[in-house]
Amino acid sequence: MKKQYIVVVTAALAVLAFGLGAYLYNAKQAEGIGRLLHEGNAAFTRPESPSLGPKEAKVELMEFFDPACESCREFYPYVKNMLKASEGKVRLTLRYATLHRGSDYVAQVLEAARMQGQDVYWNTLEAVLGAQPIWADHSNPQPQRVWDFMAGTGLDVARARQDMNDPRIAALLKQDAADRATLNVTRTPSFFINGKPLKDFGIEGLRAQLRSEMRTAYSK
Amino acid sequence: MTTEPVKSAHWNMIFLCWLIACVGTLGSLFFSEVMHRVPCVLCWYQRIFMFPLLFIFTVGLFPFDYRCIRYALPIAVTGWAVALYHCLLYWGFIPKSLQPCTEGVSCADVKLELYGFVTIPLLSLLAFTLIIALLLAARKGLKK
Repeated sequence: MKKQYIVVVTAALAVLAFGLGAYLYNAKQAEGIGRLLHEGNAAFTRPESPSLGPKEAKVELMEFFDPACESCREFYPYVKNMLKASEGKVRLTLRYATLHRGSDYVAQVLEAARMQGQDVYWNTLEAVLGAQPIWADHSNPQPQRVWDFMAGTGLDVARARQDMNDPRIAALLKQDAADRATLNVTRTPSFFINGKPLKDFGIEGLRAQLRSEMRTAYSK
Repeated sequence: MTTEPVKSAHWNMIFLCWLIACVGTLGSLFFSEVMHRVPCVLCWYQRIFMFPLLFIFTVGLFPFDYRCIRYALPIAVTGWAVALYHCLLYWGFIPKSLQPCTEGVSCADVKLELYGFVTIPLLSLLAFTLIIALLLAARKGLKK
């Protein structure tokens, strides 16, 4: 019967090795991103991307999101509230991570909306996220249906339909995709707070890390 | 006393099978859960046949039950066949048009290569092959 202890001990060691491996892998990933940040890699600062909040805010919250991603939709109102509660200490920058089929189309629509002004952009984003269950069915995405939900956003649909094929939009999406590869963003939403990846994924984790980053940035 | 060494050899072989299934299961979970590499369709089929082996061998070791060989073999052989198909797809012996993944992650896309030729499906094929060999050896010993 002693042999069965070997199985138990080996199983415990295997689980331990898994945990240690995960810890080391994550530490190495974080170190890589830290190095990029230290080198001043441009992937962390794209002033041409959509943003919300005062420019002088000392805390930069960068969110890689997918208009078709349910979690991003869930996070949206919380992120907006956190921004409001920060009283101008946090600035949000949105980056596109179009991981789902049809997301590219919707990102183009959003960028075309941004050409018509900040308010139009955020209204359109809210309309798109609100209608997400209708247009973003993952087995049968129908991104063209987002146009049906533009009432009340102030968007000039005819103009946006033309603008969405602007090469500048294609360039921005390409840049976001390249930065996503640089920063190893494989899931949405992915947050970076002053360049540091979100440690504890979740609404509470984001709130806590924003709070601690604000404390550090504004205590000086 | 004469049966004891035979039984010990069998125990060792099943334990090795258990160890391979354990490494295979945790290893594949490491790729998907820690490294966030999305498993392709063929990888999922291989997982379907690798994960239960760990449980069958665990039950077979507590207490030792040679019948677990009988239950594990068909699962291991099926997993081996999927792994072989996946490797052939990787190496280009099967044209890509035949591959079952049309959407999402491509099965012919090389995501990880060690020393230039060790890929995830090759590791899977190796694991299934070793398990089958050990099971056959254990079964042969029992029949005598």
